[in-house]
Amino acid sequence: MNAKELTIQISEAADSLNLKKWDYGASFSNDYSVQVDKGEAKQLKASQKQILTIRVWNESNLVGITTTSDISESGIKKALNQANIASDFGNKNERTEFSPLAKNPIEVNDSKKRNPVGIKKLLTLLREAEVKLLESHESIKSVPYNGLSESFYERVYANSDGAFRSYTKSQAALYLYARAEEKNKKPRSSGSIKLGYGVEDIDIESCIKDASNKTISHLNYSSIKTDKYLICFSPESFLTIINAFSSMFNARSILDGVSLSNKNSIGEKLSTEALNIYDDGLHEKNISSSPFDGEGTPTKRLCLINKGRLENFIHSESTARIFKTIPTGHAGLGSKVSVSPDWIVVEKSEEISDLKTSLDHSNYEGEFIYIEELNAIHAGVRASQGSFSLPFDGWLYKNGKKISIESATVAGDIKYLLKNIVNIESNQEVTTSGISPHIWVDELSITGDA
Amino acid sequence: MLSSQIKPNEIIFGSCNKDLLEEIIFYGIGLGADFVEIFIENTDNSSVLAEEDFITSVSPSFGRGAGIRIFKDTKDGFVSTNDLTKNGLMRSVSQAIEMLDITDNKKIEVFNGLDKHRDYSLSKKKWINEVPSIHEISEKLLVSTNSLKKNNKIITRKGSYSRNLQEVIIASSDGTYVSDIRLHQTVGLNVIASDAQYRSSGSRRFGSSGMPHEFRLWDHEKAANDVFESSMNMLYADYVEAGQMPVVLANKFGGVIFHEACGHLLETTQIERGTTPFENKLNKKIAHESVTAIDEGISEGSFGSLSVDDEGMEPEKSVLIKDGILKKFISDRAGELRTGHKRTGSGRRQNYSFAAASRMRNTYIAKGEHSKEDLINSISDGLYCKSMGGGSVGATGQFNFAVEEGYLIKNGKLTNPVKGATLIGEAKEVMPKISMCGNDLELAPGFCGSISGSVNVTVGQPHIKVDSITVGGR
Repeated sequence: MNAKELTIQISEAADSLNLKKWDYGASFSNDYSVQVDKGEAKQLKASQKQILTIRVWNESNLVGITTTSDISESGIKKALNQANIASDFGNKNERTEFSPLAKNPIEVNDSKKRNPVGIKKLLTLLREAEVKLLESHESIKSVPYNGLSESFYERVYANSDGAFRSYTKSQAALYLYARAEEKNKKPRSSGSIKLGYGVEDIDIESCIKDASNKTISHLNYSSIKTDKYLICFSPESFLTIINAFSSMFNARSILDGVSLSNKNSIGEKLSTEALNIYDDGLHEKNISSSPFDGEGTPTKRLCLINKGRLENFIHSESTARIFKTIPTGHAGLGSKVSVSPDWIVVEKSEEISDLKTSLDHSNYEGEFIYIEELNAIHAGVRASQGSFSLPFDGWLYKNGKKISIESATVAGDIKYLLKNIVNIESNQEVTTSGISPHIWVDELSITGDA
Repeated sequence: MLSSQIKPNEIIFGSCNKDLLEEIIFYGIGLGADFVEIFIENTDNSSVLAEEDFITSVSPSFGRGAGIRIFKDTKDGFVSTNDLTKNGLMRSVSQAIEMLDITDNKKIEVFNGLDKHRDYSLSKKKWINEVPSIHEISEKLLVSTNSLKKNNKIITRKGSYSRNLQEVIIASSDGTYVSDIRLHQTVGLNVIASDAQYRSSGSRRFGSSGMPHEFRLWDHEKAANDVFESSMNMLYADYVEAGQMPVVLANKFGGVIFHEACGHLLETTQIERGTTPFENKLNKKIAHESVTAIDEGISEGSFGSLSVDDEGMEPEKSVLIKDGILKKFISDRAGELRTGHKRTGSGRRQNYSFAAASRMRNTYIAKGEHSKEDLINSISDGLYCKSMGGGSVGATGQFNFAVEEGYLIKNGKLTNPVKGATLIGEAKEVMPKISMCGNDLELAPGFCGSISGSVNVTVGQPHIKVDSITVGGR
């Protein structure tokens, strides 16, 4: 069944149940993945999946919802019925409507969609990658976490008001996490992830090289003294922390009382004037970009922090109405519509500022800690309180030398961190979750066990 | 039980599908598979959210799907699909065979047909009619969020309920033919307290399996008091000073330390990956002699309990560590095949789209002989972790977890509340440092995410003392 046929089937089923107002979001996917273990195929996976989420508005204009993987005729009718029953419990205090932008034009570019290469090709490529990674250094004894996958999916949004939009996409991912062991030392592990529209777009050699270099670079490690340090966040780790505290930009979180911001926070100075942050789901480097959100609102670039000041919140239809603005394309379809960022872009503004531009991670000779990757975000972030305490992988740079840090955490407060940015390097790097330059922050607490 | 449009030759829940299942398994074996497993599920779920004094979300969902797993030697191919027709399932078998590149079908494994049907679902079919209605759930959640309205410092009050009903059929070429119904219910309360620049949060979650009336028996007043007190105690707390120190971990969810620090490393999937330091430590000392640790799936009503695992085996009570000596690993079918450790009824998966893997169920440190006061009195300068947040374990055995509610211990007494603490360590270094176990074992429900998705578990322990651990703070 294609998306048009599904829409007709839902429309007919809704008519037969006398349901006048409805919308739905659906996704259909085919995924293939392989894992290997020392040259042997370990697990090979394929999945065919369909998910349909239907919302129904009752005569009191209250919304109910149901999600199902059963898109048979009876499955659709059952979903509509359940959604109708659920609408009796719809939220009277915050009503949901169709997005006013759900019929606005969108640009769907499927020229980057690739064809499947098949399980056998995936397996061959991953076997070769594992061998090369194992051969890259004598200390690398295994690649315990590895995988190569390709996915092909279609996403659809339609409503009873005539909105209909869909797109198809392909995506491939390679991850290689190596484990290195040396006598009388603790095992060390690190890795790399690469995404592409298809397997042929993935730079496998660079993934192997990154995984190898990162793992080897942690072989000589040392404990670190608990203290406050000058920190350089890698692009990846800075994006991790911004995403973890994205409730600061999130209108849904503000209404729910779990954000550090409030309705009047627009214009608040959060950081140096040199900092700009955007959410840019349609960025050409975003492999997972979607032209519309769960409510059918077109995705767009939105400035969140402009010259250090809070510029915009991200919205769904209902939060936008409450804030007297327009939806921004960040909604996730649900009984309570969620709001989340797509792809964060951090950049240095043109504004003249007092940044310490001598701080450059490639040549700064003073003492600092380089945070390569933050871990255990779900456990160590208190987004509603603004605090974090996170284990990390990284190095201590001292006297022009670097040494891997054995085990340590970085702790602080997001507002303090943003206010204490002392440099934003000029070069941006593309990661799997966005784009950012290296960011320097003064005086963050590091706990080590030296 | 759950309606769906039945197509010709389609798996039907509540009926005998033996001929159809056998035909599909014969098909896979005939194509050269060593082993064929079919896992089919039907789900009916709902969740309700109350915020402040209103129901803000009611989310029903239902679905069905199948996971087909084929083994050839130690390799396995897994295909999942929403198509439960004979053709759909046969197609999935063919796809798995093709993925494994099985071309040699001269040596055909023997399949003698499915054994007598073991139907664990018979007494459970009534559950769907016994669980509370959305209306009943909504009323109680609103009463519970109202109970949190204790002063004007509480700025956010939430109550949430979730119910998952899963009906499964498991059939495999070793003759396994099983049906079961699983019911899991959880309810949680969350608050945020605020006063000027101070903020704190509190949360508690409760959960059960196979007990349709459990939500009705839930003592929401007690839960609300507990969450409120926790948030008030932490509201003006200072940040903990980082360093190495002795800690006492409270019972119930304090057991997350064992789950993260050691439990995951005793799953055979970790042996397969070569990522556990305990691989060659069977019958050797890996923990302090005061530590006995258990993983089981049989405690009635516990969140991680099950009548039968997702590979059709009844769960056993596995003594993992006895008086500090490693006695057993947690194993599934693939684990037994690849590592030689016997299955323990621990093959678990989130749903049909995951292949089962060795996973924990109800995992806890057994009770000792000390009182909670004995443990605290033994410390002159340390930390009491009353309530734990989540945690994780890395590829080299390093773990960490957050302390939600902590108090300093000074001269054997609890003193000021402290926030922002994270416990960090390595399993093989921390296990020998658990020197005292209390006599107050209690379990707490949780969700564990790993290779086969998110599964319901309980963690647990009595109060325990760790002689020294790194506490991350400021």
